[in-house]
Amino acid sequence: MTPLILWLTLLCIGIITFAIRVSFITFFGKREMPSFLLRTLRFVPIAVLSAIIFPALFLYGNRLDLSLSNSRLLAGILAAFVAWRTKSVLLTIVVGMVGLWLLQALVK
Amino acid sequence: MSTKRSEFLKGIKAELPILLGVIPFGFIYGVSARGAGIPPFAAQAMSFIVFGGSAQFVIVQLIGAGVPAGIIILTAAIINLRHALYSASLAPYLKRLQRRWQMFLAYLLTDEAYAVVITHYQQPGDATKKHWYFLGAGLTLWSTWQVSTAVGIILGAEVPASWSLDFTLPLTFIAIVVPTLKERAGVATAATAGIVAVLAAGLPFRLGLVVATLIGISIGMCLEPRDNKHVNTHKGEEQNVVQELSPIEQIELSPERPVRKDKV
Repeated sequence: MTPLILWLTLLCIGIITFAIRVSFITFFGKREMPSFLLRTLRFVPIAVLSAIIFPALFLYGNRLDLSLSNSRLLAGILAAFVAWRTKSVLLTIVVGMVGLWLLQALVK
Repeated sequence: MSTKRSEFLKGIKAELPILLGVIPFGFIYGVSARGAGIPPFAAQAMSFIVFGGSAQFVIVQLIGAGVPAGIIILTAAIINLRHALYSASLAPYLKRLQRRWQMFLAYLLTDEAYAVVITHYQQPGDATKKHWYFLGAGLTLWSTWQVSTAVGIILGAEVPASWSLDFTLPLTFIAIVVPTLKERAGVATAATAGIVAVLAAGLPFRLGLVVATLIGISIGMCLEPRDNKHVNTHKGEEQNVVQELSPIEQIELSPERPVRKDKV
């Protein structure tokens, strides 16, 4: 990516993000929010974040890795368990990272 | 009697516990931006221009993978769409402010700022100066994010790849998503989006993320109960919006867990 394209990309994303944040506060505050839009928005974070999480755990390179030597998958499952039980972001990250380092040391 | 100054200071104070999670997240963003080959100045400018942790992380990944600009912009827009919900939810409280106040506060509107600000607005009491609270909370987050990403960018080259610090990204997202998966539609959305993203990983330009997101959202909408009422943002109706936020936003609003320690 050339520097010019990079800067234009960042600028576009900045403008779009600001437009989304300012949308109802300044411009559509008196309009109705269509229920269709609202229902769609509810699922956006869950879908986006899951679509980032799964490949990071299941893929090694571009190939599916379900073996026990896939440290990231095991550490991710451990972290998901911690997140489910504790709801603590910090604890989930700490346990997941320590788990990954231990598993990587074992696999070696 | 609350003054501008006391509201501002209260906003700063409310944001402090969240910084514990924001600082490492910003640091790791800086490290991964350098790892993806983004020039230091551009990496820091992204914190200034975009000011949104999860979007910034994904943008870095896509740039590193050589994805074309148009698809990066599309993906970032989809990730940040959730802020429209926050905007709609806060609009009734901010409608009396001058436009330049509204615009500046909108720039500062992130997941973490929203979480504390909406809680404060919903408490009884003099609401005429609560925008100073928003300003205090927002500026605290903003400056912390700028400094922590800068430190990550400066030290980025020093962190060896064997530390696998990039793994903190999926871990952070796991920590955000897993506790919200209580209802069937949410679980189905997560599972569908995740599995499709794995299967579609071979798609050109990393379009798998966009495809998986859209299919996941469709599945969620098919499975959710059909009793949702029409919601609008007229005065007095803001409670509806808040109640109908996604499980993720409801977590942010719950009194037991008023703060989240994750992305900006």
